[in-house]
Amino acid sequence: MTEHRPVDDVRSEDRDEVALHGGTPGRPTVPLALSQEPEGPIGTPDLALAYESGVELKARSQWAYARMRFLRHRLAVVSLFVLILVGLVAIFAPQIAPYGYDEIPLGDINNPLALIESQNKGPTLNDWHLFGTDQLGRDYLSRVIYGVRTSLWVALFVAVLSTAVGALIGAVAGYFGGWVDNLLMRFTDLILTLPGLAVLLTASQFFGQGDPLKIGLILAFLFWTSIARIVRGLFLSLREKEFIEAAKASGATDSRIILRHMLPNAVGPIVVNATLVVAGAILVEAALSFLGFGIQPPDAALGKLISDGQSEGFRSWWLVTFPGLVIALIALAINFVGDGLRDALDPTQRRMRA
Amino acid sequence: MLVAASFFVFTFVTVSGDPLAALTITPNVSPETVNRIREEKHLDEPVFIRYGYWVKDALTNQFGTKLLSNEPILPDLWRVMKNTLQLVIAAEIIALLLGVAIGVYSALRQYSPFDHAATSFSFLGLAMPLFWIALMLQVVFANVYQKTGHSIFPTASLNSVDPGEGLSFWIDRVHHLVLPIFVLMIVNMAGYSRYMRASMLEVVNSDYVRTARAKGLPERVVTMRHAFRNALIPIVTLSALSWGALLGGAVVTETVFSLDGMGLYFVNALLTNDPYPVMAWLMITATMIIVFNLIADILYGVLDPRVRYD
Repeated sequence: MTEHRPVDDVRSEDRDEVALHGGTPGRPTVPLALSQEPEGPIGTPDLALAYESGVELKARSQWAYARMRFLRHRLAVVSLFVLILVGLVAIFAPQIAPYGYDEIPLGDINNPLALIESQNKGPTLNDWHLFGTDQLGRDYLSRVIYGVRTSLWVALFVAVLSTAVGALIGAVAGYFGGWVDNLLMRFTDLILTLPGLAVLLTASQFFGQGDPLKIGLILAFLFWTSIARIVRGLFLSLREKEFIEAAKASGATDSRIILRHMLPNAVGPIVVNATLVVAGAILVEAALSFLGFGIQPPDAALGKLISDGQSEGFRSWWLVTFPGLVIALIALAINFVGDGLRDALDPTQRRMRA
Repeated sequence: MLVAASFFVFTFVTVSGDPLAALTITPNVSPETVNRIREEKHLDEPVFIRYGYWVKDALTNQFGTKLLSNEPILPDLWRVMKNTLQLVIAAEIIALLLGVAIGVYSALRQYSPFDHAATSFSFLGLAMPLFWIALMLQVVFANVYQKTGHSIFPTASLNSVDPGEGLSFWIDRVHHLVLPIFVLMIVNMAGYSRYMRASMLEVVNSDYVRTARAKGLPERVVTMRHAFRNALIPIVTLSALSWGALLGGAVVTETVFSLDGMGLYFVNALLTNDPYPVMAWLMITATMIIVFNLIADILYGVLDPRVRYD
């Protein structure tokens, strides 16, 4: 299939990315950053031109440009802050959570009524039960915090593992082509043919459920395919570039070419995709846990919390509402950050901005 | 492809657990019974031979019977499939219509308040877990029912206990399906509208649309005939490819609303550790997905003559 992607005009807002100092007043300033090459290895091709025209030029690396583009995406920056905050809460869960996640307020043994009264309480400022308490009287805020910890951990694990595996398989397939490519891509297709969620359910039922690590492995098994396809596509076009030919001519080994010359040029799309995998993994893991095939108690996962809330009839609305809101918040923030990263790292892609 | 996939899944399903494990520790089931079942279903044979038996069953005996009872699998599967198709197709059609309309409108009025609202909505729709939306609706409508006694929309099952015949049966069915269809629709609509917006924006800024405008064609003709039709092409493919995701969504939706559909059937089959219905289900859905992928490829070539297959 062909891909038709319009050649982007350089956006007018990009022209001020090069800081110009000096230059004769009245003389039209040359838009120096126009030849910004997304695929060139590193460097500032405008330097020579700049010296000739007598303009002082501040050299900026590709990464500096990327950072600038990212910071301009306001929603992405805000989302990044939200994510950092959520991440900190997850890491320091034991210090931050007001109660233990399985702490039942046994209280005074002579006063059993107190225990019953502490159960199924709606959100209240008393005793810091901001998210209320569940059917056993456990503080729900603390349970949600620990749930975020588990879910984020699994999602990050999935993103790292599936990116590594996917990039490797895609790189090998794209670089070598021929029967290797054919074999690997048929295998990828095979996994894509099966209905995703159903395969996950089957896998976690028969392969072993409950353990967050195993759930992570199973999810990664499904998620690597998209990255493999993207990397393969990139490598197929990179392979034909002159600098790869040059590297080959100078006797670089295959692994060196893949790792040193091609992979750095594919970093943008890989990072963007890895970000989106985190969001996808959180949502899918929540669905798995919700259906009862994912993470099992005593580990608190967000999906599991929601299904516990469901079994509590519909009297305690907060049990269903809050974990879901937290999932939506995290997924939303990750998607925005992914969007910002796409704009920043992958300027060839047309921006889809809010 | 299907053969490879089936063997792959079969091996996976069979080597990873003993489906009779629960039976062996049930006190009132004698070891003889367990052994008899084991022999009857060829559970003691190596994987390859079991796969052979399974293929034979699948081809000649309509996927055979369940592991523990002698219920045939296929009739059940057809029944639940019919129900699921009603749900999924209705949701897909509504999602496509609304998604395309929203996408086109917000692309034509880029950065207008409507565009911003639609874009934020689609971001939200893609970030919220499907099962959670379903549950929240259930909570809301169940509480309304408890407080006021009015059941605006039923929150579970496909029909009332006594649905009646003919037309009243279908009215009852539609009434029960409103919430599930809504849930399934929301998420898909978010995806479609976002995609449609991007595709429409790309087309609107393309050379041939500029040419059409330069020719002096009325704006309506430019957007509808030149831009819209071309922007639709990727959506057609996308909707054909989204079949797998829809089925996944159906699994979750049906579980929440306890609808007697494919999703619930599958989850129940899994929970009983029975490999045979699971295999049958996976094979049928995989076939459907392959067929839809094929349709997507063919349609893409038909709609967009620039695409060449070599």
